[in-house]
Amino acid sequence: MNQRETTTRPALRALACIAIAALLSSAGGVGCKKDSAGGAGPAGSTTTESAKIAGNAIRIGVLTDTSGLYADLAGQGSVVAAKMAVEDFGGKVGDQPVEVVFSDHQNKPDVGSNVARQWLDVDKVDAVVDVPTSSVALAVSEIVKQKNKVLLASGPGSSELTGKQCSPNTVHWTYDTYALANGTGNALVKTGGDTWFFLTADYAFGQALEKDTSAVVTASGGKVLGSVKHPLNASDFSSFLLQAQSSKAKVIGLANAGGDTINAIKSASEFGIVKGGQKLAGLLVFISDVHALGLKTAQGLDLTEAFYWDRDDMTRAFSKRFAEKHKGAMPTMVQAGVYSSVLHYLKAVKELKSAADGKAVVAKMEELPTDDPLFGKGTIRKDGRKIHPMYLYEVKAPGDSKGPWDYYKLVREIPAAEAFRPLEQSECPLVKK
Amino acid sequence: MTAERTAAPPVVRTAKDRDAIAFGVMAALLAIAPFVVYPVFLMKALCFALFACAFNLLIGYVGLLSFGHAMFLGGAAYCTAHAAKAWGLPPEIAILFGTAVAAALGLAVGALAIRRQGIYFAMITLGLAQMFYFVCLRAEFTGGENGIQAVPRGRLLGFIDLDGTMTMYFAVLAIFLGGFALIHRTIHSPFGEVLKAIREHEPRAISLGYDVDKYKLLAFVLSAALAGLAGATKAIVFQLASLTDVHWTMSGDVVLITLLGGLGRVYGPVVGAFVIVALENYLAPFGSWITVIQGGIFIVCVLTFRQGIVGEIEEWRERARARSARAS
Amino acid sequence: MTIPPQALFSQLLIGLINGSFYALLSLGLAIIFGLLNVINFAHGALYTTGAFVAWFLLQYAGLGYWPSLVVAPLVVGLFGVLLERTMLQRLAKLDPLYGLLLTFGVALVIQGLFRIQFGSSGQPYEIPDALKGATDVGFMVLPNYRAWVIVFSVLVCSATWYVIERTKLGSYLRAATENPVLVRAFGINVPRLVTLTYGAGVGLAALAGVLAAPIYRVSPLMGADQIIVVFAVVVIGGMGSILGSIVSGFSLGLIEGLTKVFYPEASDTVLFVLMALVLVFKPAGLFGRVT
Repeated sequence: MNQRETTTRPALRALACIAIAALLSSAGGVGCKKDSAGGAGPAGSTTTESAKIAGNAIRIGVLTDTSGLYADLAGQGSVVAAKMAVEDFGGKVGDQPVEVVFSDHQNKPDVGSNVARQWLDVDKVDAVVDVPTSSVALAVSEIVKQKNKVLLASGPGSSELTGKQCSPNTVHWTYDTYALANGTGNALVKTGGDTWFFLTADYAFGQALEKDTSAVVTASGGKVLGSVKHPLNASDFSSFLLQAQSSKAKVIGLANAGGDTINAIKSASEFGIVKGGQKLAGLLVFISDVHALGLKTAQGLDLTEAFYWDRDDMTRAFSKRFAEKHKGAMPTMVQAGVYSSVLHYLKAVKELKSAADGKAVVAKMEELPTDDPLFGKGTIRKDGRKIHPMYLYEVKAPGDSKGPWDYYKLVREIPAAEAFRPLEQSECPLVKK
Repeated sequence: MTAERTAAPPVVRTAKDRDAIAFGVMAALLAIAPFVVYPVFLMKALCFALFACAFNLLIGYVGLLSFGHAMFLGGAAYCTAHAAKAWGLPPEIAILFGTAVAAALGLAVGALAIRRQGIYFAMITLGLAQMFYFVCLRAEFTGGENGIQAVPRGRLLGFIDLDGTMTMYFAVLAIFLGGFALIHRTIHSPFGEVLKAIREHEPRAISLGYDVDKYKLLAFVLSAALAGLAGATKAIVFQLASLTDVHWTMSGDVVLITLLGGLGRVYGPVVGAFVIVALENYLAPFGSWITVIQGGIFIVCVLTFRQGIVGEIEEWRERARARSARAS
Repeated sequence: MTIPPQALFSQLLIGLINGSFYALLSLGLAIIFGLLNVINFAHGALYTTGAFVAWFLLQYAGLGYWPSLVVAPLVVGLFGVLLERTMLQRLAKLDPLYGLLLTFGVALVIQGLFRIQFGSSGQPYEIPDALKGATDVGFMVLPNYRAWVIVFSVLVCSATWYVIERTKLGSYLRAATENPVLVRAFGINVPRLVTLTYGAGVGLAALAGVLAAPIYRVSPLMGADQIIVVFAVVVIGGMGSILGSIVSGFSLGLIEGLTKVFYPEASDTVLFVLMALVLVFKPAGLFGRVT
């Protein structure tokens, strides 16, 4: 390319120079070790409008997907939940104020780990919270371990987080792929679905979910006829569904979540898959997904969740408050998990009087039994797994629903002891002594 | 290019001296920078600067716009990550391995792409890079969407523990300065002169008897290898190799960096890298605005700012010098 | 390895549907490249814009699918005309690579703006009532809308081919591609022809977008990965050949479908491998003329 021409107009060039200069000067404030007025690093802290960050504040960073396929089940709702937890706790621990910041990891491990690293190195964040998308959570878990802070993973599903890749700095809240497989998978096999074909999102979560559910299927005497992997956030499921259709499996297991599940279910109806006699198994379905699909399409779906807004008076009270702050949407189990995990974290920090040593905080969290209005009584095990009962629900038919968000009817409660992988079977190095 | 003044005693500074001074200034600035600025940010900028310098070699001095340079960056990143993690190789061997793979890839791709020029060359490199992306997506060892995580930093040369941020930084700085110096030497060597001749007027170069294809291919391989070096280093620094490194947006990023900094200017890519990495850092929570602003920079640069930052500065200095020469 | 006929035919059908989009998009690219010598990187983003315009029309103007098929291409085409007039024309005298970079920048801006507004998941767009449902054709259940996509694309491609190869306007276009100076000497307003051509090419992309909206979800990223595959299609078919792009588009879609049946792991890369092969043995493309 020839650089020798100078046919540029002077005025426009001046404008361009000014723009570049402005860019440079604004960018110059970046990355400075000294925490300037809220400018350095990922902004988004809305609890400190005055932008003067107190030196010894306890900072909670909600790392979530704010614009992608998991934005509805986590996203801004998780930020709202975290803030509610801080508020309900009193807004401070001792004399240290608690702040909430957030950032978007775009479902990419490199973006997530960069944000986490910068948060922990430069922005004095003490706990990273939520992190839906298991591949990101695994990467962040590593970084949090290196820097000895805390990861409260409410969003991701892969049971690897408390398995081979467990860490003394990570607590895996809400749910995991084993619990889902045990809940939904088991239920479907018991009702006659003994041949399966998997449609799997090709990343840590989908792979773990397929693995755990296949184990349940084969253990109950069923057979896995095959599987096909689809890219995360796929735009067209037609060719994958066709493969599932031609396998003639009785159950098509959707080992994906959020937007992917919604689209797979929609496409399936286009191709007459359910009409043709095969059952669709949404292995991870959130209330936000059911809301997007509508009861007409989603009715009859079996799903396993840890939280439902309409379960009892306490969950209803919380959910009403949440909905007021979050566009009238009811909280999903991930968002509820963010609330409880932050609450329990603050409790532990209060007892320890310091948030500096992540390992110590997690150890304290494991020591204290949990009791909150959303998940009831529970404990956190040595491998970082939070234990509480899970619930098997079925999506109501449109006629049975009394209004928006009234979507589930309870099939059975899975007691805490049954729901998660027993400690003896765990591959976590912290447990195997 | 000597600057002579009739008024003051003649200070004859050759281009070589000026180059040495500029290099020295850059090295000095970068050496003290980590004490003021977050070193991880600096390391990212340095890796991208090296990547962009490698890219600039191809576009600025051979005239070939490669829209697929991410495959060298990412390919090397994956190989280095795998070598360090799965094979347990020390970092310097892992990085060399990654670079070698990138060079080999460059040979294969270059042999195919050199056959065409201009837009076709750009599209071919884009297509081949996209193919490489899908291969990486499917391959077992890359970990697909998960990437290769928890890559150990290891001990450089057996005793320098790279886990410390500052130690890692100076290692990266050394690699960057080495790569930069290599590019500089290449440009100012007889080989570089032939490349420039090819860029200016290829038929003439052919008529002078040069095997043009071989020169272009060699330049391509060199560019690929250095891009690979940047990628390999990046994998060790961030202990992660992911699909982002081989995605076409990464190829677009390096074009943007070089265009903004100044195509064909030695320091252009370095300046561009720091600006763009700073921009991305600053706007990280607003991910999509980055895309919009990058697009905007492309448009503005192509329409009115084709010389890039360094180019504009150099031109302004030229005009100032010409003005003072005319005045005196 | 026995493949059940249902699997084979259904994948071929999906391949044909993909091929329809490849054909429509590479047609637009070929037209633009032929006359402007610009690789319109923004083509994917404008395809996305077409889909979003259709969605907007449905959400806010109550205009359904059928009017959108006409309105969206017009709106986007107009935008294309604006783009050409204000920006591309300035670069006409420069190295065509600058045009590539400019359109790349435009693509990023469009994609980014949509992403800011809508996130990266898709917006739903209903299949028009007339085309809902499926027909059982024996070897598979064929959704009506997808059959329509194939039929409509073939119609549009044929119509475009006819206009370019058999009408007066088309002849001006072809002549201006060969020798713009001479054509101008004959009194034809070549710059205006160029601008309108860009608008028309872009309109085709938007049309493809409207067509895609009900099946691919209206999402900001829908054009991005699609366009790179289309580039490969264009390289294989040969730049600047209208018939070449249409035929390559459909056949490559079929080839991709076949690969999904017999060797699914390679289905993403098969088109790029073909591109590499074509480059080795016939660099001008299968239907291209050596320039």
